[in-house]
This record gives sequence, C-alpha cells and structure tokens, in this order.
Amino acid sequence: MALLRGQNLGCVKQDRTLFEMVNFSIEPSQLLYVRGQNGAGKTSLLRILVGLSDPAAGHVEYKHQDIHTVSEQYFQDLVYFGHKLGLSLNLNAIENLQFWCQLNQVNCTETELFELLAELGLVGLEDVPVSQLSAGQQRRVALARLWLKTDAKLWILDEPFTALDVQGIALLRNKMIQHLSEGGAIIITSHQTLDVDYPTSELLLEYRI
Amino acid sequence: MTASLLAVFKRDLALAFRQRAELLQPMMFFVLVISLFPLGVGPGPEILQKIGPGVIWVAAILSSLLGMERLFRDDFQDGTLEQIMLSGASMPLVCVVKVAVHWLASIVPLILLSPLLGLFLNLTLEMYWALLATLLVGTPLLSLVGAVAVGLTVGLQKGGVLLALLLLPVFVPLLIFATAAVEAASLQISYSAHLGLIGAMLLFALALAPMAIAYALKVSQS
Repeated sequence: MALLRGQNLGCVKQDRTLFEMVNFSIEPSQLLYVRGQNGAGKTSLLRILVGLSDPAAGHVEYKHQDIHTVSEQYFQDLVYFGHKLGLSLNLNAIENLQFWCQLNQVNCTETELFELLAELGLVGLEDVPVSQLSAGQQRRVALARLWLKTDAKLWILDEPFTALDVQGIALLRNKMIQHLSEGGAIIITSHQTLDVDYPTSELLLEYRI
Repeated sequence: MTASLLAVFKRDLALAFRQRAELLQPMMFFVLVISLFPLGVGPGPEILQKIGPGVIWVAAILSSLLGMERLFRDDFQDGTLEQIMLSGASMPLVCVVKVAVHWLASIVPLILLSPLLGLFLNLTLEMYWALLATLLVGTPLLSLVGAVAVGLTVGLQKGGVLLALLLLPVFVPLLIFATAAVEAASLQISYSAHLGLIGAMLLFALALAPMAIAYALKVSQS
C-alpha cells in the first residue's frame, strides 16, 4: 500500500515552472531520494508534500486520501525537517525540545531529553541558548525530533546532512536505517551522496529554464 | 489540543520575558511621547485636559504598532511556525493564544502606566476611568486586527511601513469612539454607548480575526 503518493504535481514560482507532472509513490520501508540541481524545486516539492504550500497542479495523497482531508492523521505520522530548523534562538535546547514534544503530544521526561542530547553529542550544552551553539550543533538539536517521535511513519528531510560533522552524519545514517527497518519511510534531499546501505529509489527533478 | 495551546502560551511568555529590551521599546516610546506633550503645548491644565485622551490613545496605537511586528516575525524566520502548523494544532486557536500573550506582554504594561500619564495630562477621575475602560476593551482589538496584517506581511522584507499603512486607517474608528467616550466622561454624561460599540467591534474581531490570521500565515508560508 502506498504511504504517500504525489500525482501530476506541478509548481510555479514567479512565472517559472519549476516542475510539472511529477508522479511518485512511496511505501513503508522505502527510501526516496529526491535529486536535482540548485533551483530545481526540491525544497518546493517537499513543502508541497507536507502541505505547507499548495501545488499549482495535482495533489498529494496519504494512504490514498488527500492530505488536507486526513491532515490530523498525516501530521501525527509525519516528521518534517526543513531548511528552517524550527528552534527559537533565545530558548535552550531542552526548552525547544520540550515545547516541540508538548506540541506534538510526545511524552518525554526531562531526563530522557538529557540522555538523548548526550547521545547526540551535546553534553553540557543543554541549557545554553540555541543562538550560542554552532550551526552543526543547532542542527543536531533539531534532528533530535527524529529520535523523539518514535511512532512517526514518514520522515521528510530537506538537506539533513548540511553542516553536520562526520560523526553526526554517521549517527543520522544509522538512525535512518533503523527507521527504515522498522517500517518507516523517508523522503530526503541531499547534495552529498546518500551512501546508506539500503535500497534507494530516486526522483530526479530537472532544472528547467 | 489544550496541551499544545498551553505549550504555546508558556513558550511565548518565556520568550517575551527573555527579550526584555524589545518589550521595553514600545513602553518607552509611549511614556516619552506623552511626557513630551505638556512640554510642547505648554502646561496649561485646560489644554492638556482637552487633548489628553487623544494623545494617550494615539500614543497607544503607535506604540502597539511598534511592537506588533514581533508577533510572528521570529517564529516565521526560525521555522517554529512551520513546526506548529505541522503539529496538527488548530491554527486559529494558536493564533488567539499568541495574540493574547502579545497583548499581555506588550500592551498591559502600557495600561498599567496610564494612571501616571493621566496625571501628566491633568485628566479628571471620571475621564481616567473612561480612558481605562476604552483601553481595556480597545487594545485587544488593536492586537487582533493588527495580527491579521502582521500575518500578511511577515514574509516580506521590511514589511513594517506597509504594516502601518495597512493598519492606521482601520484603527481610525476605534480612535474616534475611544476619545469620544473620554470626552463624554469629561462632560459627566454616559459613555456606555461608545464603549458598547468598541465592545461590539472587539467581539466581531474575536470571532473572525483568528481565522483570518491563520489564513494569512498560511498564505505567507507558500
């Protein structure tokens, strides 16, 4: 059964057609790698998939129903990691993650959060305002959501490897493989080679003039 | 649902108090404008009493505009707004909570300062009570209507000027009714009709603005 399916998707930005007639479908335990040059519309496609923006044509279905009609179920099963990290710079990592957990009805105690941040290599930085962390550390805090929302069925990740160091990338790759092996699906864009030990399907967006 | 609204409430309050400098800016503006008026127009008690309510209200509107942009700007820029939208929480209710926190953190201090400023401008006690009543009913209306415009301009660079242009005409009726109410109080006649009209506008805004704000934010996202 297709988890997420895009049908005849089109996107127009400032009178420029980024893409049209994009069809794809993704099933549980599947990894979909969206490729394309800068400006090909990868981020726009992902934003359409999560419902943040509306496509110029076509529609997106979650479990064979339009995402806008089953949005409650869809959002419950989804983790979106976008270009903007979604962290308030004036709050610290714990406060940011606690807020996100409460928002998404994820039960998580403070001790668990401390342990998770330690696993992500952020020991001692838990109560420093996020604005004072490095770009890579901020990304690690934001990526903690993937560990927190254990019942998520679909991850949509936009350039998750950017600014991460080698250990961070390895950590994320392992987590992705674990998620896939537990029946989750991932849609990902990346300029680095994915290099995960897992069968990958690809969606290539051509840059159009 | 209530859990996520409570989370938004607590977070916004914490953020507001962590950015005290930004919070103080509209307040300083409010106090400075009003304390400069007696110096500018002369300390004649009659003139001050005549212009007092208008001055306080104009200062309140301008200083609320000054802090209005903060309402969604940071959340939009750092992506928190995206995460809230994708959490499945009801956006109109989230917007109401955010506007309420904004009102509490940046407008209530102005209202608390108003007795002092009433003294500066030689308002009588009746006039002061009327002023307080109009401020209490009128400023939530400012915040609610303002939030729609903030939602629409949040995605623009330098939306501040546009925001003022969009909002000032909308605030004119409120200004007229509010100052008329204080005027009526100074003549010792009932001002409940004026207050009732402002109240009606507030209820109307409370019913429709949350949907409009949520929609404006959605439009700004795409």
